[in-house]
Amino acid sequence: MIDLVDTAEEARFRTSARAWLRANVPSPPLPSGDTREGFARHVEWERRLFDARWSVVSWPERYGGRDASLWEWLVFEEEYYAGGAPQRVTQNGIFLLAPTLYEFGTPAQQDHLLPRIAAAEDLWCQGWSEPEAGSDLAAITSRAVRDDAAGGWRLSGQKTWTTRGAFCTHLFGLFRTDPTAGRHRGLTYFLVPLGAPGVTVRGFGRLDGDEGFAEVTFVDVLVPDEAVLGGVGNGWRVAMSTASSERGLSLRSPGRFLATADRLVALARSRAEALSPRLRDRVIRAWVGAQAYQMFTRHQVSAMLDGAQPGARASLNKLFWSELDIELHETALELLGAEAETDTAWSRGFLFSLAGPIYAGTNEIQRTIVAERVLGLPRAP
Amino acid sequence: MRFCLDADQVALRDAVRDMLALECPPALVRAAWPPGDPAAVAALWRDLARMGLFGAAVPIHCGGLGLGETDLVPILTEVGYAAVPLPVAETMAVAAPLLAATGDPGGYLPGVLAGTTRVAIAGAGDLVPYGMLADLVLVLRDGRARIVEPLTTAVVSTVDGSRAAARLALPSAGTVTDDPELVDLCLDRADLATAAQLLGLGRRMLDLTVGYVGTRRQFGAPIGSFQAVQHRLADALLGLEFAMPAVLAAGWALAHRTGSRRQDVSIAVLLAGDAARTMAKTAIQCHGAIGYTVEYDLHLYAKRTWALAASCGTDSHLDRLAAALDLPKGGFP
Repeated sequence: MIDLVDTAEEARFRTSARAWLRANVPSPPLPSGDTREGFARHVEWERRLFDARWSVVSWPERYGGRDASLWEWLVFEEEYYAGGAPQRVTQNGIFLLAPTLYEFGTPAQQDHLLPRIAAAEDLWCQGWSEPEAGSDLAAITSRAVRDDAAGGWRLSGQKTWTTRGAFCTHLFGLFRTDPTAGRHRGLTYFLVPLGAPGVTVRGFGRLDGDEGFAEVTFVDVLVPDEAVLGGVGNGWRVAMSTASSERGLSLRSPGRFLATADRLVALARSRAEALSPRLRDRVIRAWVGAQAYQMFTRHQVSAMLDGAQPGARASLNKLFWSELDIELHETALELLGAEAETDTAWSRGFLFSLAGPIYAGTNEIQRTIVAERVLGLPRAP
Repeated sequence: MRFCLDADQVALRDAVRDMLALECPPALVRAAWPPGDPAAVAALWRDLARMGLFGAAVPIHCGGLGLGETDLVPILTEVGYAAVPLPVAETMAVAAPLLAATGDPGGYLPGVLAGTTRVAIAGAGDLVPYGMLADLVLVLRDGRARIVEPLTTAVVSTVDGSRAAARLALPSAGTVTDDPELVDLCLDRADLATAAQLLGLGRRMLDLTVGYVGTRRQFGAPIGSFQAVQHRLADALLGLEFAMPAVLAAGWALAHRTGSRRQDVSIAVLLAGDAARTMAKTAIQCHGAIGYTVEYDLHLYAKRTWALAASCGTDSHLDRLAAALDLPKGGFP
């Protein structure tokens, strides 16, 4: 059945989210969450969200959520970004690690970690890429060696391009626990406090100059058995669950792109006298792209509620939203003309958008996944 | 909120799909190309009538199935997938519900439902796709809907030879309605039907191409294992996947007469048109020289795609969206 309007319950949810956001969204907007000062301000915001139970609406109440349906979560995201609310610096914990914890965590891990993620007490970053393992993630060499005497694992190696690693408190990532096993086997997913002895974090500038990247070095870092998520040697499978969240719906709901598209249209309206027919059509088509993403995700959510698993189809989302985001921002910069070179939300957004086709597996990797696992083409040699 | 086909919609779609797979294979589409086999094509029309399809969008009390635009989208997608060489969309999705809504003053509806009357829709100017096969022509112009019998008929050679296009001289009488809402609804249904068929055509070309590149070997490997081929097909799929929900949503918007329905139809047309055109180019390129022949079936679907996409009036949809978004209309200095 198709019914594209909010139910009474969804409408109530929307109204109440909108009212709270209208009263609470910081104005003027917070400084970038990818700077040290901005990050701290964002964490304060995250705690306000949590106190009002808006930080993780779709989670169970016992972890600080509202037991909201997937639809209500989409509604919240729409209202959140339409209301100009800040970027979510807790996104790695909430949208990437948490779904993986729900799927693979022990009850003890869930009870301990999920409330702390929701409350922005633990701030998580990812530990995938290494200097010699980017798109080829299975080539990682960071390792974890069992220390029976100490009753845990000793981690060594280096992770890099770790977003907001310089400001976070914890890292989740892949380490090689069986050096004799094949590439995808012998990997284990670890949860590591960045304050542990032997961890060094060095932040450095991304394309936009903010200290949004870090390299994280591990020298004989001891973590307990409880730091393993999803079982020893099962790391690839667990990591792919996280990657699916990162590519798909949970990290990038349509709300933010709809909001960007609406801002783009407002910008075009404000420059109507200088708007060429070509640029007008570019604005319209970019806006249409955001609507297409919304319809696609609605269709996807319905399929998920009917029991379908997005699986490799998450790569379709990732290709679409990452390229849509660039198109929205490039179009805005073209509208701005010579002003485009100044430091504005649009120019910063443009630089940020260029990361989209790279992180969570480059779009070249995503196209190969789509070709082989959605279309069923023969595997690349 | 909910956005999935229900069991009835899926069952009807599958019934149409199975029937067309059997009765409208590529050989039947070829039979519609001149000189062709008019009897075989006419038999297909009768088969569709037996399924009750021409009454799909006609209320039950008028002898139809009483379906809405949402239900028509999956059916029309299958009509596109099979490249049915007959004015099925025009008759089923536009003319029949119009006749029912206006009380059928000319008494045409029984013939339409029985499969003895075919209705084409006049395009721009005097060019009428399926004009050679049509008993009646629906003209949607100047705020009026007219249903007329052509005065004179001149065959036109077209890129897609299975369109039976004609240049027709049409009488100026025959107004069925000048209710602006109903006339707009006809235009929107026609656009929706085109968008849905384009989705189906895109899927057909994708299926053909995926099948071909999976078996065609060069350099000792299936060419579908090469990233250059894989990535083009992934992009083509992306376009189709993101157009489909928009077309379905436009059908729902029409069925529920929402305030944004015309806008939603325009979004659907733009997305489906781009996706299908991209798919056609990609399909031909990924096939290589065999895709550039008329012996291989791909051209049947590519040419239909070009014909339908060209009939959509992209600029008018961009203008409509511009108006909805409060942006300037096109065509200014």
